[in-house]
Amino acid sequence: MPVRVQSEPFDIGAEVSAFCAGRHDMGAVVTFTGIVRDRAGGGLDRMEIEHYPGMTERAIAQIADEAATRWALGDVLAIHRHGPLTVGETIMMVATAAPHRGDAFAAADFLMDYLKSRAPFWKKEVAADGASWVAAREDDEAALTRW
Amino acid sequence: MTLNVLYFAWVRERIGLPRETVETGAETVAGLIDELRDREERYVAAFADLSALRVAVDQELRDFDAPLAQAREVAFFPPMTGG
Repeated sequence: MPVRVQSEPFDIGAEVSAFCAGRHDMGAVVTFTGIVRDRAGGGLDRMEIEHYPGMTERAIAQIADEAATRWALGDVLAIHRHGPLTVGETIMMVATAAPHRGDAFAAADFLMDYLKSRAPFWKKEVAADGASWVAAREDDEAALTRW
Repeated sequence: MTLNVLYFAWVRERIGLPRETVETGAETVAGLIDELRDREERYVAAFADLSALRVAVDQELRDFDAPLAQAREVAFFPPMTGG
């Protein structure tokens, strides 16, 4: 269950193609992609993503392992970038493979809820009028209770 | 004991360091925070509101009453915003 934390961009199409290739017993692959979105009023120059080297990979792997105990998963892929990203850039992706789509969808949903609140990344929005750290949302923390 | 103490995001900005080596006699994370606060104003500023902070001991999320015995690394940061 590969987990990659990197500053370099990745090719979502190539990653999904590789993830799907050669599987004989997985009928379903679900993917989620996160993209840098501009601020409501526009003007975001960049998003800077800080992370905790070592703990990031470990935390994401733990979340993926937990998903694999709860659902019948054949495989999980998680890629998350760090560093400065601009609007429209791909931040991260998760992919899940399962025999049937119910497990693939549920596991991807679970992975994203946990990645939002339990993966040690911190986002800073930088614009002409200054920089500010994105605050964690109560909704994201609350989402964990549904699992 | 000797600990690596790491700071992330605005905690790092308020203290002015990403990490430092600390000699401590504290038995818990809370005790370590008390020791750090006693140092300088910038630590008081960083630890002013513990409800706004989270802590990891040896890369596992813990509570502030977590014991430090055998710990090697403690990290302080705001709630995570991954994904």
